[in-house]
Amino acid sequence: MAARPFPLRRSVLSDALAWAAVACVAGLILLPLLAVFWRAGGSSLPGPADWSALRFTLVQAVLSALFSVVLAVPVARALARRQFPGRRALVTLMGAPFILPVIVAVLGLLAVFGRSGIVNQLLGWLGLPQVQIYGLHGVVLAHVFFNLPLATRILLQGWQSIPAERFRLAASLGLGSRDVFRLLEWPMLRSTLPGVAMVIFAICLGSFAVALTLGGGPRATTVELAIYQAFRFDFDLGRAAVLALIQMALVTVTAMLALRFSLLDGFGRGLDRIPRRWEAETWLLRLLDALVLGLVALFLLLPLGAVIWRGVAGLDSLPPQVWRAASVSVVMAFTSTAITVGLALTFAHLARKRQGVEAVGLLGIAVSPLVIGTGLFLLINPFSDPARLTFAVTVIVNALAALPFAMRVLVPALRDVEKDYGPLADSLGMIGMARFRWLILPRLRRPLGFAAGLAAALSMGDLGVVALFADPDRATLPLQILRLMGAYRMDAAAGAGLLLLMISLLLFWLFDQGGRRDVDT
Amino acid sequence: MTPHLMIAALLMASGPAMAQTPVLTVYTYDSFVSDWGPGPAVKEAFEAECACTLNFVGAGDGAALLGRLKLEGARSDADIVLGLDTGLIKAALETGLFMAHTIEADLDLPLEWTDPLFLPYDWGYFAFVGNRGAPQPANFRELAASDLKIVIQDPRSSTPGLGLLMWVKSAYGDEASAIWEGLADNIATVTPGWSEAYGLFLEGEADLVLSYTTSPAYHLIAEQDDSKVALPFTEGHYMQIEVAGKLASTDQPELADQFLRFMISDAFQTIIPTTNWMYPAVMPEAGLPDGFSTLIQPEKAILAPIDEADALRDLALDEWLRALSR
Repeated sequence: MAARPFPLRRSVLSDALAWAAVACVAGLILLPLLAVFWRAGGSSLPGPADWSALRFTLVQAVLSALFSVVLAVPVARALARRQFPGRRALVTLMGAPFILPVIVAVLGLLAVFGRSGIVNQLLGWLGLPQVQIYGLHGVVLAHVFFNLPLATRILLQGWQSIPAERFRLAASLGLGSRDVFRLLEWPMLRSTLPGVAMVIFAICLGSFAVALTLGGGPRATTVELAIYQAFRFDFDLGRAAVLALIQMALVTVTAMLALRFSLLDGFGRGLDRIPRRWEAETWLLRLLDALVLGLVALFLLLPLGAVIWRGVAGLDSLPPQVWRAASVSVVMAFTSTAITVGLALTFAHLARKRQGVEAVGLLGIAVSPLVIGTGLFLLINPFSDPARLTFAVTVIVNALAALPFAMRVLVPALRDVEKDYGPLADSLGMIGMARFRWLILPRLRRPLGFAAGLAAALSMGDLGVVALFADPDRATLPLQILRLMGAYRMDAAAGAGLLLLMISLLLFWLFDQGGRRDVDT
Repeated sequence: MTPHLMIAALLMASGPAMAQTPVLTVYTYDSFVSDWGPGPAVKEAFEAECACTLNFVGAGDGAALLGRLKLEGARSDADIVLGLDTGLIKAALETGLFMAHTIEADLDLPLEWTDPLFLPYDWGYFAFVGNRGAPQPANFRELAASDLKIVIQDPRSSTPGLGLLMWVKSAYGDEASAIWEGLADNIATVTPGWSEAYGLFLEGEADLVLSYTTSPAYHLIAEQDDSKVALPFTEGHYMQIEVAGKLASTDQPELADQFLRFMISDAFQTIIPTTNWMYPAVMPEAGLPDGFSTLIQPEKAILAPIDEADALRDLALDEWLRALSR
């Protein structure tokens, strides 16, 4: 690599600021945990029930990550090499399952796979035995529903990072689809898959409502539920903190492993065209891709359709409080998106030299929201009424929770840009803002848009740390949905769920399209 | 805003604003303060007569409420805590944070109430709720023998779930384990909270859901739908009594007593039935709203003695976990 001819001080300063941001993120997550330990006055050891909860949590998280990632490969590949009407809509809709409040999504899934769902009705007509969704398989199914689209989108990003010229070269050499996979696609997957699997594993480690509701009973107890129990049933803060620490250690170890296995290599740059895929133009592969896309569209769209169907009736009679909550949530989403994207870029910048930085960013989903919430409460309470800070706290916690996803998108993207253009930029003395403005930003528009869309949509759907910070006057939309359900108003809740889905998708689409505009030539 | 600025903002935000009128701070559970709960109407009615500001602070459910109080200790801003139930009273008592109230109350509860610290404001019976016309087992044994599917709540994360646990334990004692083993194949699933369970039931995922005897009244009154029924069980029905208490650290002791007196007056009690969907602790002069008369009236009310509830609870939870983890 070419040495930088003008090592300006500004670069050192910006590095220092970047490290300060990393320290802040680590502090915002670790300090609350410490506060809980401090308040507990020590730790108490987890009991045998906690260990079996840990075992179940690990099993379901590994299976969920595995299935999500393995299934996402053919889907992303089909999306990457096919053009068809509705492709963009499908890609946008893929953001949807991920952002729905858990209970809304679960009810959607049950409308398809539940006792009186579509699948069982079909089986009934055909005279076949009914399927049972409750159990480990149901938990994994739901987690795949949530995370397969995310994995697909990130992998699609990976596919789009392979320059069209490579595929042209492959075609001119007469390579078949198997060789293309081996030479072009596999190296990309090798460097992308571990990271994606790691993020999904980390999300599923924190699963609580999905695992319990679809797991069918106490066999499906997760660590998060054990933490919940330690808090509210036994008020054993020490045990809650130890369990949170175990959860965090698991994510950190996995992150380290995943980063180790992610191979680093760029492809060199092309002209950013949508590649034509000569090797895939056989009827068999076309059929295969159509089948894959058809199945995944059914799998994702049927439950979403059920959410829409259930919600339409309640939509026109939504109470005014729901609209107010929606506006609160939108403002929060924009604020936390700005923070998330800023942090993700900072982390991506540092991750080029120090991969371990990513593990810090991942902590946002590694620690139980209940523990973070309680810890923040303990930290704030001596100085101020936590309810007054609902907005700030929710925004920050949402931003930290979205950071791992934004990082997953931006880290590889920035790494590729720097790898491919960095030496040239260095030799031109292009650093600091100039480098960011003229090199990074234009190259990163698409992933930036995607990351911002994810962050905004995630923040919309996140319940945040409501348990300890609820402010009656500034309820968020997910909280109002929960309240409507708690007050028997299931139809209004379904309507509000649909509203949430629409707003989230709109935000996601706005950012995502913003990133794509003028990019596809 | 950068994260460090955020932290600065977090730490520097000022304490409670100075108010001209006295402020009474009441901690309660979230669904009480929600727009569809009793909170807004209660606030309006009390402020009309107290020359004060009533400030509700919502925190999760009853258990989360107690948790928050323990975290804050004697420094708490709360003057009143409203929304603990009988299962939490002993733990609340042990915090030493509450003081006796001075209210003489003539309560309409199925059981005698003597606790000097906590004053009930509403109550209800747990019950399985199902669809009219469907098979109706008359007790837990018949339910276990049937092939009906039920959805219940996890006692570790939900108050009704805990209520069911105590119901079975109080009714069957040493046989509770066997009852749970019998029920295991009837349980479609266990949800974290009441909302999920009730939602699942309405979606047709189960024949019965654990809820309250008053649940059908919501459908009848708010939706003109009489298709939901609560099942009377021959063992009797476990009760939930919701109470409020005055904190020893309050800076508004008179106002707090005034609120507690208001709480058992008609103005408060008439709000309860159609917002909290529970029975009022003191029957209002106008009686209950139409629709409540159609509800089942359990022959026998069950409630574990308050000072034994904790020990019974831990034992019952172990049995529950063992029976359902097989």
